Amino acid sequence: MKRTANQWIHGGPIATALLLLVLAGHVRVAGADDDRFTASNEKWRAECGSCHVAYPPQLLAEESWQKLMSGLDKHFGTDASLDAVAAVEIGAFLTENAARGKRAWRAGSALRITETAWFRKEHRKVSAATWKNSKVKSPANCSACHTGAERGDYSEHSVSVPR
Amino acid sequence: MRKVGIGQALLAALWMAAASAASPTEVQRSLEQTARATTPGFAGFSAHRGEKFFKSTHGGEWSCASCHTQDPRASGRHAKTEKEIRPLSPVADPRRFTDPAKVEKWFRRNCNDVVGRACTPLEKGDVLAYVMSVRK
Repeated sequence: MKRTANQWIHGGPIATALLLLVLAGHVRVAGADDDRFTASNEKWRAECGSCHVAYPPQLLAEESWQKLMSGLDKHFGTDASLDAVAAVEIGAFLTENAARGKRAWRAGSALRITETAWFRKEHRKVSAATWKNSKVKSPANCSACHTGAERGDYSEHSVSVPR
Repeated sequence: MRKVGIGQALLAALWMAAASAASPTEVQRSLEQTARATTPGFAGFSAHRGEKFFKSTHGGEWSCASCHTQDPRASGRHAKTEKEIRPLSPVADPRRFTDPAKVEKWFRRNCNDVVGRACTPLEKGDVLAYVMSVRK
């Protein structure tokens, strides 16, 4: 039997199911609630949040957090070493709440959040001029655009790009 | 029974607060004791030496002032992440130099970043003397 183009596009039930899965996945990734991170820990907020926004644990995979926490004395060019008690508590919080499932897959093994596939995709429309803006300067400076970053709110509703 | 429980909790909280809180002068005194014991010919801290140390690069890219600015009363910015850093001067921010563990933590990290080694008790005391010498 010869199939028409239309039949190929819409396919059979299997293709429809696949298409729905892809769409569902897309909606889940882009959904506003998935970009609001509520898990919190006092030590994590105080220690990780003293030099930059305390990045939510969900932004990196478990193994990446483990590697980061074992090299804090050389943390992207600065010494961010912690006392042992704080390191253990923060390490546990980060790995317990690390990226899971699709987000983990898209985070890959990157140690820098800006090098993960999801970060690049989500920020692909940000212009070079915006990154260089004096109010932004560094991609580590989440709060420059994500006005709710300090509360873990990275949803599109709370984005305000400075001009 | 319950009243006693709350009272005890309050006392414990007060005790904990007292144990960790110190004044910049107390922090300085403690540094002075260490410096006296470890520095041959120690003759006190010098705000002048501290200022020079604070504003110089020490063979690397950064000085203390790179992030903290040339004025300890001003807010600074982290050289890499752009995050705001509260003023170092207790005159501008009374929370500064009141937690000995925090003071040690930041000297440890920042001396490694700026000087490439741990600072000596004399260097730390000089810097603190400088920061405390800046008045309104």
